[in-house]
Amino acid sequence: MDFKSMKYYLYWLYCQFELITCSYLMEPWEKLLFYTFNITMLVMISYTAYLFIPVHISTAFQFFLHLLGNQHENAVSVVK
Amino acid sequence: MERPGRAALGAQPRANGCGAAHGALRNGFVRGLPGTQINHVVHNGGLYKRPFNEAFEETPMLVAVLTYVGYGVLTLFGYLRDFMRQWKIEKCQNAIEREEQKDFVPLYQDFENFYTRNLYMRIRDSWNRPICSVPGAKVDMMERVSHDYNWTFTYTGKVIKGIINMGSYNYLGFAQNNGTCQQAAAKVLSQYGAGVCSSRQEMGNLDKHEELEKLVARFLGVESAMAYGMGFATNSMNIPALVGKGCLILSDELNHASLVLGARLSGATIRIFKHNNMQSLEKLLKDAIVHGQPRTRRPWKKILILVEGIYSMEGSIVRLPEVIALKKKYKSYLYLDEAHSIGALGPNGRGVVDYFGLNPEDVDVMMGTFTKSFGAAGGYIGGKKELIDYLRTYSHSAVYATSLSPPVVEQIITSMKCIMGEDGTTFGKECVQQLAENTRYFRRRLKEMGFIIYGNEDSPVVPLMLYMPAKIGAFGREMLKRNIGVVVVGFPATPIIESRARFCLSAAHTKEMLDTALKEINEVGDLLQLKYSRHRLVPLLDRPFDETTYEETED
Repeated sequence: MDFKSMKYYLYWLYCQFELITCSYLMEPWEKLLFYTFNITMLVMISYTAYLFIPVHISTAFQFFLHLLGNQHENAVSVVK
Repeated sequence: MERPGRAALGAQPRANGCGAAHGALRNGFVRGLPGTQINHVVHNGGLYKRPFNEAFEETPMLVAVLTYVGYGVLTLFGYLRDFMRQWKIEKCQNAIEREEQKDFVPLYQDFENFYTRNLYMRIRDSWNRPICSVPGAKVDMMERVSHDYNWTFTYTGKVIKGIINMGSYNYLGFAQNNGTCQQAAAKVLSQYGAGVCSSRQEMGNLDKHEELEKLVARFLGVESAMAYGMGFATNSMNIPALVGKGCLILSDELNHASLVLGARLSGATIRIFKHNNMQSLEKLLKDAIVHGQPRTRRPWKKILILVEGIYSMEGSIVRLPEVIALKKKYKSYLYLDEAHSIGALGPNGRGVVDYFGLNPEDVDVMMGTFTKSFGAAGGYIGGKKELIDYLRTYSHSAVYATSLSPPVVEQIITSMKCIMGEDGTTFGKECVQQLAENTRYFRRRLKEMGFIIYGNEDSPVVPLMLYMPAKIGAFGREMLKRNIGVVVVGFPATPIIESRARFCLSAAHTKEMLDTALKEINEVGDLLQLKYSRHRLVPLLDRPFDETTYEETED
């Protein structure tokens, strides 16, 4: 039951996406192109995020540690 | 929704005219001080004999952004398709220049052609659907399919029966194939035939026409009236007869194409005021009188204000008491197009003048059509006898147009007599009453459901905002699937983001039909997420002045 309503909800969301982006009005091949483009972009963005966000977070973390005064450890780690 | 200042409406009217009282507060286009909501109706409350509730909800920001996203995607794909057609990757089905025209001015490159080719074509199935029965409260429609994405249609031969008709301008329900009107028209048809084959000035002036004109004059409460065979031509051919070079036309920005065409044909200077905005109109009037004609500074020969009774796309009613006050103050002329309002408004069905309880003689030119409330065809002009006599001689549609077909005339006469109660029944009166009730009920229910509805609460034209291009097509299709025929409207009839569905109520709609329609609209509204309303209504006056996309005229 819950699964069914979830499925319906997802379908509804898909419909809304189609209506807003106007893919509802597109011919099948246009839809294919549009979705391919969208999915490619999404995958690329998430892969980029996966690659770079941890690095950025750790850099930021180190930076704040540095600000908070743990300079010694940092200096050591940098030297090392 | 209660609008600010409505409580004060009846309490104390502060100005009996239009000028001084608010002139000090609101100087032309200067908007109200921040924090103080100045409501025009309050200022001129004394002019109105009834509450005037007209409000337009602002487009929610998110919806506007998403609409632009939709148009953006479609435009990108449009360019892609145009590219493919250019390089013959795809078969080109639209109109293109011939080979020998290639080096001349391009014909199909402007935005409207691009729009028609690439955007409108995708949702074209929601328009021009052929019907095959009388367009009464219910209508039969011919089923059609398209196998090439709306470039061509084929008829399946099937008929979709019993569609609730929410699209015809059949306000009083006189579009019917039985009843007294039909019988009278059939009788006249057997007596006179259908065609007249001559113009009014030659052999085409029947006794029926004279009878009709006398009746129309009596109906409107004017000295004299004249009937024409085509409503559009009534506007576009008579305005040039009334004004010409050296005259000034002040036209509402949302006026119908016929008025626009007439104004342009006349050769007069045209200036446009903001929709139903009396400050804007007054400013233009003042400027026109102070500065006169450009360069020569001679006074204008005539100043003609062009307004409509009900604006068919916005569902708003003209602020006639204020327009008349301004017209009198600045001694200009008023041309009132009652195409939608005649029959549909007022306690006696006599249009917007009757609705506000005004004197018809204050309106110089009363124009209207028989195509809507009377279920016939043609148009009329009413006014002073001198005006009508002049038009009889000089108007193109009087001199050149074939006169009205006798059965059509009889349909108008019978339905008009019915509205006036001269047929000995109260049927006409009941129809007017029923329409008013249907209008209030339908508008109230739609508002409660959370749709954005434009216009005046008494206007039988009900625009429901759809905004997004895909939803125009989806709404039309989903409603047809549910056996309800609606009219959807998009660019260029409306500004590009304000696409809408437009319901026209009729006295022929029963409560059950309206309830069925409302139930389905509710369902489709949930499905398509159309319930945008946040119940924050802005009076018409407070819409930003610069948002309109309509053209400006310069001197």
